[in-house]
Amino acid sequence: MPAPDNKKRDLLILIITLFLFWLLLNGSLAVDVIVTGIVVSALITVLFYQGLSFFTELRLTPAAILAGFRYYVYFFGELLRSNLKMAKIVITPSLPIQPAIVRVRTRLKSRMGRLMLANSITLTPGTLTVDMQGEWLYIHCVYRDETAKEQDTHDLIAGFESYLEVMYG
Amino acid sequence: MSELLDIIGALLLLAGSIFLFLGSLGLLRMPDVFNRIQAGTKATTLGTLLVLIGTAFIHPDWGFKLLLIGVFLLFTNPLSSQVLANAAHRSHVTKSKLTTLDQLAEDREENS
Repeated sequence: MPAPDNKKRDLLILIITLFLFWLLLNGSLAVDVIVTGIVVSALITVLFYQGLSFFTELRLTPAAILAGFRYYVYFFGELLRSNLKMAKIVITPSLPIQPAIVRVRTRLKSRMGRLMLANSITLTPGTLTVDMQGEWLYIHCVYRDETAKEQDTHDLIAGFESYLEVMYG
Repeated sequence: MSELLDIIGALLLLAGSIFLFLGSLGLLRMPDVFNRIQAGTKATTLGTLLVLIGTAFIHPDWGFKLLLIGVFLLFTNPLSSQVLANAAHRSHVTKSKLTTLDQLAEDREENS
């Protein structure tokens, strides 16, 4: 569990994030817009006190921020690569697929880290998180090499995991 | 200068639509729910992002709102795919004959 000070910091960051979103959506700095924004942001934060936000459990160390940037670079590279791979499968007349649902264990401990990991896996085509139970992720793959060994399945998440481990732990 | 931006934007829109097309082709060709979710819902992420970026090149003043759409897309798309896949698995949807392994079903059987 995070320390109480962290919780306060997280709530404050959530209010600010929501408020900035509101300003971006409105594109205006009129007094009534700003007042409504502050009230609604505070209300949402109170109602979803226990919820997760992007900044929950994020470590604000230089190493974590650097890992954050590298994570996004890696993520978009992976997105492009796997989309091309998927496109190739779809346009190949024989439709070369070998679907399987495999079990992978993650080292990540934080809730937000695991959520981001599951989302990253799902966003890259070819792999889809079907379920998550504790530290076990169940991932559906469009193509799984049958000769692959049990421990090789960790390769599916290793790339994302190494960055998220530094960002969230 | 604005002409160059228009050309880049149009090329990005074209690339995005190609990915969207391939996504719908995958939707038609894939044999079961899970693989269709893979091809149809997610191959569209890149397509939609490219369309958004292309639009941003043509209408730079829409940039912020397009960015917001992109962020929402990246956060909501995987959640809906996961929930759909999980629901399909729980309700024992027929899996494609090509499926080689289902460790989730194995573990659920063990626990029940």
